[in-house]
Amino acid sequence: MKLLTLTRRALMAGGAALALGVSSLAPAMAQTPPGVLIVGQVAEPQALDPAAVTAVNDFRILMNVYDGLVRYASGTLEVEPALATDWEISEDGTVYTFTLREGVTFHDGTPFDAEAVVFNFERMLNDDHPYHDTGPFPLAFFFSAVETVEAVDDMTVRFTLNAPYAPFLSNLAYPTGLIVSPQAVMDQGAEFGRNPSGTGPFRFVEWRSNEAVVIEANPDYWDGAPELEAVVFRPITDANTRVAEMLSGGIDLMVEVPPVALSEFQGDAFNIVEQAGPHLWFLILNMREGPFTDQLVRQAANYAINKTALVEEVLEGTAAVAAGPTPPAFAWAYNEDLEPYPYDPDRARELLAEAGVENPSITFYVTEGGSGMLDPVAMGTAIQADLEAVGFDVTIETYEWNTFLGRVNPGLEGEADMAEMAWMTNDPDTLPYLALRTDAFPDAGGFNSGYYSNPEVDALLEEARTATSQERRAELYREMQAIVQEDAPWVFVANWVQNAVTSDRVENFSLEPSFFLLLDDVVKN
Amino acid sequence: MLRFILNPYILKRLISAVPVLLGISVIVFAIMALIPGDPATAILGSYATPENVAALNEDLGLDKPLVQQYFIWLGNMLQGDFGRSFALNRPVLDEVLERFNATLILAGTSFVLCSILGIIAGVVSAANQYGWADKAITFVVLLGISIPSFFLGMMMILTFAVNLRWFPASGMWPIYGSRDIWALIDHLAMPALALSVVATGVIARLSRSAMLEVLRQDFIRTARAKGVHERGVIWRHALRAAMVSIIPVLGVQAGFVLSGAVYIEVVFQWPGLGRMLVDAILRRDILLVQGGVVFVAACYVFFNIVVDVAQSYLDPRIKT
Repeated sequence: MKLLTLTRRALMAGGAALALGVSSLAPAMAQTPPGVLIVGQVAEPQALDPAAVTAVNDFRILMNVYDGLVRYASGTLEVEPALATDWEISEDGTVYTFTLREGVTFHDGTPFDAEAVVFNFERMLNDDHPYHDTGPFPLAFFFSAVETVEAVDDMTVRFTLNAPYAPFLSNLAYPTGLIVSPQAVMDQGAEFGRNPSGTGPFRFVEWRSNEAVVIEANPDYWDGAPELEAVVFRPITDANTRVAEMLSGGIDLMVEVPPVALSEFQGDAFNIVEQAGPHLWFLILNMREGPFTDQLVRQAANYAINKTALVEEVLEGTAAVAAGPTPPAFAWAYNEDLEPYPYDPDRARELLAEAGVENPSITFYVTEGGSGMLDPVAMGTAIQADLEAVGFDVTIETYEWNTFLGRVNPGLEGEADMAEMAWMTNDPDTLPYLALRTDAFPDAGGFNSGYYSNPEVDALLEEARTATSQERRAELYREMQAIVQEDAPWVFVANWVQNAVTSDRVENFSLEPSFFLLLDDVVKN
Repeated sequence: MLRFILNPYILKRLISAVPVLLGISVIVFAIMALIPGDPATAILGSYATPENVAALNEDLGLDKPLVQQYFIWLGNMLQGDFGRSFALNRPVLDEVLERFNATLILAGTSFVLCSILGIIAGVVSAANQYGWADKAITFVVLLGISIPSFFLGMMMILTFAVNLRWFPASGMWPIYGSRDIWALIDHLAMPALALSVVATGVIARLSRSAMLEVLRQDFIRTARAKGVHERGVIWRHALRAAMVSIIPVLGVQAGFVLSGAVYIEVVFQWPGLGRMLVDAILRRDILLVQGGVVFVAACYVFFNIVVDVAQSYLDPRIKT
């Protein structure tokens, strides 16, 4: 794989040099029109129904067609009003009452009101709802705490939860919480996902299968009409072809630029945009059996791996070194005092000697690729080399992504000592709650595949989930991060820095820490 | 038409296709059932807890026993219902037909290109055995067979799309502008050429040897002795006889062109069946993979029957 990547890059460079001589003779290709932004996407969307989809690729379109009750304030992961102008949370944290924005209409002309909100959540959560069959709704469990949704009056909606659940607001800002037009769902039924209607800055025009999704400006948008006339999303699954389209002027904006291709875009004709996101790339260590049952060996692994070299050499700067289990993108909950484990092979050898295992042999599960996994094979190989340098004997087993998940998620016992993993979340609660608690062992339905168990961490996470004050939650998460870093149930490796490239005709574009793509302020000349 | 189908040879071939297609349906179903990972896990990604997976599998109808699932699928398919794709949220048949159309345009163009170029190259080569034309063609053919088509495709994009900007880098239609035949040719030129290179080489080699064999036969000598012009001897008499051994090669190459389209479609982002199947397999979109494979297999079987029938008309000895 490494060889192939290098070869491709060399070829790109070679080919570019070869053609430099003739490029001055090149006829100008028809330019894409001004005011119309053409976006190179990584795949064909699954559907444009926010309740039905799970992929970031689809979210990038959805966020421009729909609004939620709340949204993330620009540049942060903190919620601010959107379709709801205001909200109140009951003392015990179980009743949320939202005041809705007046005068908003869906793209199909129907009014946005409390009944529309009720329809949206009932459709997703209530098996008996007449339009529940327009699903399945794989991420409905984001709102599994919701017991009832009622319209108090035309412009007031009340959610009652079965227990206090602090991430509720931030889940409402997630695409799964975006509000669709009830009338459009009733008219379209199962076809709604291909004929969407929301309240967002752009309205849907057409979806040409495997070619493009086209959306145009909504002149009546409540937050001000967008600058662009239209946006075209083109699915281009092959990364090399995406780069070629960007270089040849076929698209104006591309996301997820392969690290090796970034150098192609240096210079005035392109702008590279970067943004660290709520992502963590880590190694799960098996704490039930084998060498990693010993904390010293786990810490040794953390010291032995040269994370700086990984993010700079292997990932060419498209990631930052991670310090603990919570990504710094959650600024309000991040523990600034945490320093990453330094690269210190001598210290690693000392720890191994102290633990009495000089040459532990371990099995390491590596995946070929997958959501948020960056460059897992090259990273796995580099990690293997670092660990072997301090005395580990590492055997790599590589699996295709779905196969890999099928082996890792049920738990590492009897399988491996160490496995790669990556998560992208929208709330600091999600990852530790699902992957670090005692009650989240795989047999209990969680993702704690390495069987980490610390009652102190369990208690902190339970409290953080039910606390209604953000300051209190932040305090609890900071404490949790310090303990987890010391216990080292994982090797904390990297936080992905998402990138995008735009042509010089595009202005006002920035990436959000949420990894969503917001285009209402973008200008194209 | 009916009499044509009732022709015993054709009827026999059509009936023999039934067990082949049934076998393929069993194999593709079994493979999709046996490979690790399931659609629910693929859809849920990071959130694939056993609980969520079980709930989604129930929604998708994947909680039933495998044998039952197979017969439900087969029964529906015989009634023309290929099911609904999980990942694309639309009927499998709509997607397959739309994609098939694109693949047909690409593979069809390539097939015509490689057949014509390959046969001409082979005939010219044979007619000038060991001459400079033969040597030049043999060299180019060897080069063509040796270059992997996906690599050639990438190099073509780099040269003709990125640097020279003569052709668009990918896709089938312009995002803007009219969708006329010229726009299509503009987008089709590079992928069709890249896809036809290897098959052209193979066809040229086999045409050459088939022609050489025929040219040694008695009836050619007779034709020459009767004073038929050399061009007539080669293109009318010899080529017609050589076609009997060239046509089956064309049939096999049609299969190669179809399967080679997978790489080319990925490289050029051509919205065809090959790219659809690759995406569908990665997403574990079971019904789409199964429907797509059965459809392609049916086309391939049908195409082979056509080739056999064509051959039987050229060479009546086969029709037994």
